[in-house]
Amino acid sequence: MKPLREIAPGARWALGVAFFVVFVAAWEIYTLGGFVDRIFLADPLTMLQEGWLLLVRYNFAYDIGMTIWRVFGGFVLAAAVAVPIGVLMGAYKPVEAFFEPFVSFARYLPASAFIPLLILWAGIGETQKLLVIFIGSVFQIILMVAVSVGSTRRDLVEAAYTLGAGDGGIIGRVLLPSSAPGIAEILRLVLGWAWTYVIVAELIGSSSGIGHMIVDSQALLNTGQIIFGIIVIGLIGLVSDFLFKALNRRLFPWSLQ
Amino acid sequence: MSKLRIEGVAREFPGVRGGRPTRALEPIDLAVADNDFITILGPSGCGKSTLLRIVAGLDSPSAGGVLLDGQPVVGPGPDRGMVFQSYTLFPWLTVERNIRFGLREKGMSEARQREIAAAYIARVGLEGFENHFPKMLSGGMQQRTAIARALANDPKILLLDEPFGALDNQTRGLMQELLLGIWESDRKTVLFVTHDIEEAIFMASRVVVMSARPGRIKADVAIDLPHPRPYTLKTSPEFSAYKARLTEEIRSEVLKAR
Repeated sequence: MKPLREIAPGARWALGVAFFVVFVAAWEIYTLGGFVDRIFLADPLTMLQEGWLLLVRYNFAYDIGMTIWRVFGGFVLAAAVAVPIGVLMGAYKPVEAFFEPFVSFARYLPASAFIPLLILWAGIGETQKLLVIFIGSVFQIILMVAVSVGSTRRDLVEAAYTLGAGDGGIIGRVLLPSSAPGIAEILRLVLGWAWTYVIVAELIGSSSGIGHMIVDSQALLNTGQIIFGIIVIGLIGLVSDFLFKALNRRLFPWSLQ
Repeated sequence: MSKLRIEGVAREFPGVRGGRPTRALEPIDLAVADNDFITILGPSGCGKSTLLRIVAGLDSPSAGGVLLDGQPVVGPGPDRGMVFQSYTLFPWLTVERNIRFGLREKGMSEARQREIAAAYIARVGLEGFENHFPKMLSGGMQQRTAIARALANDPKILLLDEPFGALDNQTRGLMQELLLGIWESDRKTVLFVTHDIEEAIFMASRVVVMSARPGRIKADVAIDLPHPRPYTLKTSPEFSAYKARLTEEIRSEVLKAR
């Protein structure tokens, strides 16, 4: 082991898997060894059993589908609003001066604190769930996209000007393509945060979704189901992250080193 | 008749945190004839790049102005092609699409764009690299693409800001021959900024020597060497005489700037 020294891909895999093995083993010893009351923490086998029951008997797949749809719906809405505003802020300093102070302030408003208000305004239907995710994501995306676009290499912009590009050409043919990989990376990051907002939104006033199942299971003291729900969220996150990364590699081959 | 006239151009940079402003350029007058190849030679920090950026329209003079074909320069435009010292190819575009960048901006048909790009790719010897991204190219190949990109736009004047400064010595020599060969056949008006004395003499019909900061024109030396110029010219007695003279001019400026 040397600082910054690369390791073989096989070894990288093995080490990554090793952590999961150690983690599950520790969990197993702790629960099956009787170090903790079963009421507080289910063991891995019970968790898998409960998960299987959820899927075959309680139609958990529907809840998973609802949650995924809410995350992507809210996230796509937020991105559709935030990316254009962020690009304009990055490109034009007056636009940035207009939006930046408010967006910086709004970014710190916790999305979960809006839930009571949103229930008042939008009820407990889908609109309210989408709005929670929208509020949680939109300001983050705006600010990060603005920074990404604003940090475009100046010499590339100057080169484009000397080649005859106007303002539209600078934005469309330099700022956007130059920051596109960065924007894709920002969206991948914020999508991860959107998952935490959706569960919070589903914990309160919801009749479907992974978060709703978790609250139901808490009432029944079924920790196996709760843990299964949490792990499902983690797995979906892992898969969507992997797909996002693969898509970025396909779309922006020039930005890889 | 002069293609480009630089009339009393001065540049002052505002002082940092209430400090005194920095004078980068004293008022400069320079007339560039049509089809001329002028090198601007000066020590680091003498303002030669600032002068070139003002001609390109990327910087504004504090006083004076620049006329191209009698028209005042107010901003950057495709009539003044520029090659920068840093590698400024668009990393998301292939070599061929980089060269077509300005043509597409002009609204030219795609077939015509491809035709022109292919011709310039051949001229700078990049056949077979059309679909490579810039990161896959060496520094010399990137600068050859940058030259092709600027020339493909058919500018009235080509501006080069130490374009070979980051290249190794051998590559730099080959690039000088390439650029000179293009100039000998096209006779495009060229303004070339460098701190390399040999480079300045080898390609130019006139070497303008600038003083240490604040920059002004210290000497204006016509280079009477015949064309075409082979690389062996660099070891000829006439070349050495020019080199000795310009070395003296520059040396005193470098000493002053220390």
